[in-house]
Amino acid sequence: MTAALDFLTPLLVVNTLTGLLDWFLVAVDGGFSWVAETTGLQFLGYPYMQRAYLAVLCIGVVGPLVGSFLVYRNLSMVGDTLAHTAFAGVAVALFLDATLSIAVPPLLGALVVAVIAALLVQALVEYTDARSDAALAMVLTGGFALGSVLISLTGGGISVGINQYLFGSLATVSRADIGLLVSMALVVAVAVTVAYRPLVFVTFDETAARASRVHVRVVNTLLSILTAFVVVSAMRIMGVILVAALLVIPVVTASRLGRSFKQSIWYGIVAGEFAGIAGVTLAYQFGLAAGGSIVLVAIGGFVAVAVGLRVAQ
Amino acid sequence: MTVVSLNDVAFSYGDVPVVDGVSLDIEPGEFLGLVGPNGSGKSTLLRLLLGLERPDRGEAHLFGEPAHEFGDGERIAYVAQDVTDAARDMPITVREVVRMGRYPRNLFGRFSDADRAAVDGALDRVDIADLADRRVGALSGGQRQRVFVARALAAESDLLALDEPTVALDAESRDSFYDLLADLNDRGLTIVLVEHDIGVVTARASRIACLNRELYFHGDSEDFAESDALAAAYGANQRVLDHSHDHHDAEAHVNPDSEAES
Repeated sequence: MTAALDFLTPLLVVNTLTGLLDWFLVAVDGGFSWVAETTGLQFLGYPYMQRAYLAVLCIGVVGPLVGSFLVYRNLSMVGDTLAHTAFAGVAVALFLDATLSIAVPPLLGALVVAVIAALLVQALVEYTDARSDAALAMVLTGGFALGSVLISLTGGGISVGINQYLFGSLATVSRADIGLLVSMALVVAVAVTVAYRPLVFVTFDETAARASRVHVRVVNTLLSILTAFVVVSAMRIMGVILVAALLVIPVVTASRLGRSFKQSIWYGIVAGEFAGIAGVTLAYQFGLAAGGSIVLVAIGGFVAVAVGLRVAQ
Repeated sequence: MTVVSLNDVAFSYGDVPVVDGVSLDIEPGEFLGLVGPNGSGKSTLLRLLLGLERPDRGEAHLFGEPAHEFGDGERIAYVAQDVTDAARDMPITVREVVRMGRYPRNLFGRFSDADRAAVDGALDRVDIADLADRRVGALSGGQRQRVFVARALAAESDLLALDEPTVALDAESRDSFYDLLADLNDRGLTIVLVEHDIGVVTARASRIACLNRELYFHGDSEDFAESDALAAAYGANQRVLDHSHDHHDAEAHVNPDSEAES
């Protein structure tokens, strides 16, 4: 009896989660439809646009949230590195599907490989004499190389979907993606909130943190894994090549505005949300690449803030 | 209880021995100045006694425990030469940095009244309460080092370790910074200070350890000036302008042209 129940438990959990997701999507759909009707913006009623907006709303929070701890340690390239290895994860998933008919959701493949890469970068920096930027460059190119080789192995048959992963797209965020994306964003937000103090201590003064017996290695590993979560969340919309932008640009924009670190994180989130929402809207209206539009809006925001501050002085 | 105890400690980076056969104790309330030429292993010795590195040979103890296993982070505070460029760009206020002193005691929970009182007290103690909401990156070098000392005071730590904290400061801020350290030491705080400026150290520290890979002198600062340890440690070819302990301005620099400290 208990054994049967044990067997059922995962199913029940999955069922509950799927139910929650359905409820969540219905609620989101209702909200968007209401906005669509009151504003007359038809496209807000399209489910794929709703999913795209939901995705950038999540990315706009978690990108700057995690990026704030990367930028000030000169680790801005970590996001880019993990994104390129995440591409290898997508290729692995597509490859398994094409050759062995094992269905692995590409985003799950991306997440697993990006987390492994995050741990690998840590290990390379800690246990070899590799300077961290050289270690990052190796993992970045290595991951992308693995991805391209896997794709060529399938004879190009799966390369149709690759462009979307490289450059991002509004139309490809599936219902399952949204579930994964929202959960990952929640995990990242909770983790950063709980581990805020060790994260900020290590970011500001790593040696003093070590002297105070903060477990710097654990904190660094956590930060890498959270970064992997963020890039995988964002890669569908932003594309592998541009995904790191939302970890960096809003943070740099906010660095001139905030006085305290907490304040600058909030400003970063505002900048990230603005870039995401405006970018997706522009991409839809003018049929532009989604990732590129978001990045250009983010850079535009940075320039506007820089100029505004100069004028105000 | 002895704060720091080093017994025949040796350490090398790869094949290069940096510290060799050093034994010394630091007692509670001591103000130890750690001097030596550039590349003499002072910073490494500081890292060894804090447990940030493990000795290749010999033993390092902190408060009676093997230094690398010592876990009471709140008992130790560390102040570096200066914050990194990245940290200087970081938007963070003085108060946020001083609060970090409480993190070893309270890494996840809510800040208690005691935590907040310790932070306010530390800000007052080093005379930067009026700067509490300023960005650290906007402060002068001297003010910034006071912020780090305030962080150490907020921790209510038993040992304050400083690695050439005044390198980036002008003579005036340096003097007032060392006045602050001497004052804190008078109130019972144990201090270890790595410093290349011998005049400053002999004037303020109660004990001196003179290092050039090996320990050349360890004793009271009065005796250090009379000993020939300095000449021996720096080598006969080094020019020592002035090392009398009543004179500690910029003239007192020992300025070896060797490579930077590793």
